[in-house]
Amino acid sequence: MPDAPIPLVVDDLHKRFGDNEVLKGLSLTAHQGDVISLIGASGSGKSTFLRCMNLLEQPDAGDITVHGEAIAFRETKRGRTPADWKQVERIRARLSMVFQNFNLWAHLTLLQNVIEAPVHVLGVKKREARERGLALLERVGLASHAAHFPAQLSGGQQQRGAIARALAMEPEVMLFDEPTSALDPELVGDVLRVMRELAEEGRTMIVVTHEMDFARDVSSQVLYLHEGRVEEAGKPAEVLGSPSSARLRRFLAPRF
Amino acid sequence: MLWIDFHGYGPRLLSGAWLTFELAILSLALALVLGLIAASARLSRSRGAAGVATTYTTLIRGVPDLVLMMLLFYGGQIGVNMVTDQLYALFDIDIFININPFIAGVTTLGVIYGAYMAETFRGAFMAVDEGQMEAARAYGMSPWRTFKRIRFPLMMRHALPGLGNNWQVLLKSTALVSIIGLTDMVRVADKATKATHEPFLFMLPVAVGYLAMTTVSELAMLWLKRRYDTGFEH
Repeated sequence: MPDAPIPLVVDDLHKRFGDNEVLKGLSLTAHQGDVISLIGASGSGKSTFLRCMNLLEQPDAGDITVHGEAIAFRETKRGRTPADWKQVERIRARLSMVFQNFNLWAHLTLLQNVIEAPVHVLGVKKREARERGLALLERVGLASHAAHFPAQLSGGQQQRGAIARALAMEPEVMLFDEPTSALDPELVGDVLRVMRELAEEGRTMIVVTHEMDFARDVSSQVLYLHEGRVEEAGKPAEVLGSPSSARLRRFLAPRF
Repeated sequence: MLWIDFHGYGPRLLSGAWLTFELAILSLALALVLGLIAASARLSRSRGAAGVATTYTTLIRGVPDLVLMMLLFYGGQIGVNMVTDQLYALFDIDIFININPFIAGVTTLGVIYGAYMAETFRGAFMAVDEGQMEAARAYGMSPWRTFKRIRFPLMMRHALPGLGNNWQVLLKSTALVSIIGLTDMVRVADKATKATHEPFLFMLPVAVGYLAMTTVSELAMLWLKRRYDTGFEH
């Protein structure tokens, strides 16, 4: 597929909160099958960058193009805003997000969580969505928990359920916002294993993470962010193996 | 009750009870709609909408129900008359609109309890986990779908205790409509008592009537609680 549109191109993104500019011109291109890890200290802007990609935060400047379709913006007195929210909804449905705090819908069972958006946003037939949902839950090791509510599941199970929910959208790109940061250490492995499998089957993923082993072993590209800028970017072996900036070396140094 | 001698007031008591019930249910529906709108307006980013809603809840909750009811019923009629007089004077259009006491009663009770419902809903909306709303948006749901599928069902769990309380107070406030000429069961009982001097014969059945309605509501509340607690019980 030489001419297939690129799943996600972000160009020169800027974002400010009041007087504080948190993103100072960030760009990124995710080709089919890329796994891009965003690393950096807290406050470096990596989560905000990710949240701008599906417009949970509104970038003040810069372009976002999903599968060849650029998001349209218009200027208002209060700043820039998407010109067409229907377009934003359509694009969000193609960029599934996995959150740090899972954010499964508490009043729905796990299976209902997984089929909710496919049925009500994409218009998939309920029967079909259920069949696919069950298969996805099977995949993440939760087939026997389909009828459980989120409150009845451990954090690791909830996050794997949330990954099934994301997969059910058959997304162009999956966005992971520190998916293991809220988990007990012994539960992290299961989630990372699922994510590694997704990477191996060629999913396009952007992952904000503190898991350096994951970034090193799984990603095709690593971006090190510092104060809203990309300080270093490249193959994980280069960026993490022989960092050129002193700051990244300090960031990667063992803490104890 | 049929074997008790109500001195011929029995059928009227029953139709009064039915009127009380109709009035309460319709006012409740109006109050719920107004409450949802006002709560959403107060929580919206639009300062104008929030201002209007705040004025509404503050004003209404600060004035006695009785005063509001008389204001709306008599004042409303005078207002309508002024408009129709102007229409006649300016355009020679001759109409007369008589405010229907039943509609006035439903409107007043609905507007009053809408203000209380608004506060209940506002608190409940604020208790909903923002992350779950964000997930709905992130998965491409429109604002209306987010409201219908996620926000409303999550909110109801927090709102139910307050709603149940407001409903019981509303139900009992329907007794006020007798002052604007509606013959609810309290008014029938009052008339009958005055004619026969037998207050217990008429007021006790009225008390039982209210109790029956509140008891049935308690059952409905239990059902709703079970419905909206799904996923939260341990």
